[in-house]
Amino acid sequence: MTTLDSRSNPLGQDVQGSEPLWKRYLPGHHWRSGEEEFDACTLGFWLFLATEVLLFAGLFCAYTVLRYKHPEAFANGSSYLDWRWGALNTVVLLISSYTMAASIRAFQLNHQKQGRMLLATTFICGLAFLLIKFTFEYTPKLSGWFISFDPALHHYASLIDKEGMWGLFKHVEGYGGKAPGQFFSYAFSEDAWEPLWWSVYYCATGIHALHVIIGMSLIAWCFRRARMLAYGPSHYTMVENTGLYWHLVDLIWIFLFPLLYLIH
Amino acid sequence: MTTLDNSRAHELGGHGHHEGSYLTPKGGFLATVWDWATTVDHKKIGVMYMVAVLFMFFLGGLAALAVRTELLDPVRTVTVQAIDPATGKPMIDADGKPVMKTQIVGQTLARWIPPRDGSEITSIDYGNQLYNRAFTLHGAIMVFMVIIPSIPASLGNFFIPLMLGAKDVAFPRLNLLSWYIYVTGSIFAVASILLGGVDTGWTFYTPYSTTTDAEHANVVLMVLGAFILGFSSILTGLNFIVTVHKLRAPGMGWFDMPLFIWAMYSTSVIQVLATPVIGITLLLLCFERMFRIGIFDPALGGDPVLYQHFFWFYSHPVVYVMILPAFGVISEIIPVHSHKKIFGYRAVAFASLGVALVSFLVWGHHMFASSGELGATVFSALTFLVAIPTAVKVFNWIATLYKGSIALTTPMLYALMFLFLFSIGGLTGLPLGALATDLHLHDSYFVVAHFHYVMMGGTIITFVAGLHHWWPKMFGKMYSQFWANVGAWTVFVGFNLTFFTQFFLGTQGMPRRYASYVEEYHTLHVWSTVGSFVLLAGFLIHLFVFIHSLVAGRKAPANPWGGLTLEWEAASPPSEHNFDHEPIVTHGPYDFETTVPPHWNAKDYAMTKVPAGAHAH
Repeated sequence: MTTLDSRSNPLGQDVQGSEPLWKRYLPGHHWRSGEEEFDACTLGFWLFLATEVLLFAGLFCAYTVLRYKHPEAFANGSSYLDWRWGALNTVVLLISSYTMAASIRAFQLNHQKQGRMLLATTFICGLAFLLIKFTFEYTPKLSGWFISFDPALHHYASLIDKEGMWGLFKHVEGYGGKAPGQFFSYAFSEDAWEPLWWSVYYCATGIHALHVIIGMSLIAWCFRRARMLAYGPSHYTMVENTGLYWHLVDLIWIFLFPLLYLIH
Repeated sequence: MTTLDNSRAHELGGHGHHEGSYLTPKGGFLATVWDWATTVDHKKIGVMYMVAVLFMFFLGGLAALAVRTELLDPVRTVTVQAIDPATGKPMIDADGKPVMKTQIVGQTLARWIPPRDGSEITSIDYGNQLYNRAFTLHGAIMVFMVIIPSIPASLGNFFIPLMLGAKDVAFPRLNLLSWYIYVTGSIFAVASILLGGVDTGWTFYTPYSTTTDAEHANVVLMVLGAFILGFSSILTGLNFIVTVHKLRAPGMGWFDMPLFIWAMYSTSVIQVLATPVIGITLLLLCFERMFRIGIFDPALGGDPVLYQHFFWFYSHPVVYVMILPAFGVISEIIPVHSHKKIFGYRAVAFASLGVALVSFLVWGHHMFASSGELGATVFSALTFLVAIPTAVKVFNWIATLYKGSIALTTPMLYALMFLFLFSIGGLTGLPLGALATDLHLHDSYFVVAHFHYVMMGGTIITFVAGLHHWWPKMFGKMYSQFWANVGAWTVFVGFNLTFFTQFFLGTQGMPRRYASYVEEYHTLHVWSTVGSFVLLAGFLIHLFVFIHSLVAGRKAPANPWGGLTLEWEAASPPSEHNFDHEPIVTHGPYDFETTVPPHWNAKDYAMTKVPAGAHAH
């Protein structure tokens, strides 16, 4: 893939040499200039983003139709989610979008160290998003196991029946089982169609989480290449497109957050 | 392909360049295979797609013949006198009365493929299930693995950069990735077939696709195969859009592009915008089947009609992914082989975009029976809009032929057949788009005949036409026009015999997807089956013509038909980098009245009106 820019000079070369890698970059043989190649890669990437939007459009459409069919189940289901976790994750992603955009600017200005720091920050934000999602949301809802410092735990202090991993995890009786479709086993549900809500919730957030992981992989790749001085004012296609991808990941969450957490 | 002798290929074309053709082997056999497997050359990728698509066409064709063979005879239960296996004589009971037993006859597929556990066939169900599998495989293979990639991925890959005067597509390595994704998806589908196949119909409608064969993974494999193929389609379309935007030769404005490029551009837009929707749909379908998440399952609160909406939101636009490239090929063949400027260039170009636009608004006409009255009426009205840009194209092609210097070459013969068959296919679409007649005709053989006239009479016939048009350019060899024309006529007769009969079957009430039927339909079904074997014979003739051409064909000139588009300026077969120098566009793609075709040689083809300044080589 052109955006994986490995066509440029071989990896692992001596970066102490006379010219940094980004200055030695040559566009593909079928391009007249590096600018044309950059324009084409960016255009191609915008088209790819359009396909991503349409992919999620299918999920949003399913959400709309099923919510219309079962408004009560969706309202009930949504009330199990804590908007504060969603809001925290929104903030985390917004910060990461800023650091991503700033890192592109840093490479355009040849501020190599700053660019790498910003890329690393973006990666850490992505990791934080996933950790919050898995530790405080997915795991307790699916299994009833809370991490011991989860602030929600004090509501259920009387219902803790088990401890695991030397007290790091605590199990709340009857809390888990909020799983999609046929795996649903939550005993206190108030609506027969709640399993469907969880199906939509896990499909939408799960596929989004997969995109976060893909985005983080791209950022890690950029970071590795940036350490070889592969990006600079005249060549930063890969960082640019990774940035576009990361903004899309952010944008989709901006839509998922109100739909899943805020509308009751 | 790789064993061709192309050592003299550099002599072709008369440009005096010294580079070998793209077919020149790189070293020994293994080195050549490795070279092809890792190539980023759009021409080699196009040829690999062509081989893969033709192989899948063969598989899908086998399934079609299985369907037609089963329908040779209606499956029915008859009561016959039992035969004593010991004596071989009819059995008689103690009272002297004959012993009767019921027996199933007419199950051809069941005789060929007995049950796996070796048990005797005692019910009609087994044969019916085999039949369901046969038509599902036929549909799924032909749609996802043959028709969708046929023209875009093979001819499109090969000729879009050549026609634009470019060295390659915008993202060559992404292009190779698309090919590998296509192969991976096809392997999933073939694995599903080898494990016993799928009986859901090619549309994978829920609940068939979520409930049948619950113990097998076949459906998941097939659906995942289609999901993976979708990525190949998206990436190819994306690549083409960027190529058209960014890699046109100097001097080539948007309205100087060949119409094939316009058609491929419109196709790519649909591929990029529609395919992601089927991607998420098939993914949800896999989740539904593996985890029973319930989005399409009414027992868990889901909505099976939602699946139909999703499916057709993709699959109707994709009908135009199938037919628009065919329009593009016809727009090339007709002007070149009648040596006349295309009539209404801009109208044809905009009609392609018009079809692409309308394609997104008509998916509901596949669901007249399952949607409300208001929705059905709106979708019916929108459906008729499709007829406008389509008819614009057909009329323009016919106007191009008028007073042209028509050469009845094999590609031209096929193009004329296309006009005939596609007109029938298009016009029979109108009664299906009108609500009143559709209620009578839907899910009948009329629908089957209609879409075969459009899909096969439109796309496959044109794919074969395009192969014959560009074969000399792709492989540097001519083929026997006589035998290719014999093949073309055989295909034409076989095609009409197979599918025209089905219009009658449909209007008489024969429903689609049934293994059995009442006696009254027998004659027409037999004719249809005979036609399908004539069709097979026609395609086999073409196969032999092509093989003969590769082995013993005459060396092709650079411009055998007198075309003006840029691919005819390259050598036959083209060199690795397509052109010696970047071409500069100085004339329109169809200015036959004023331009001498590149590499013109009076021996190759006749020009009735020779433009001023022309001199034969």
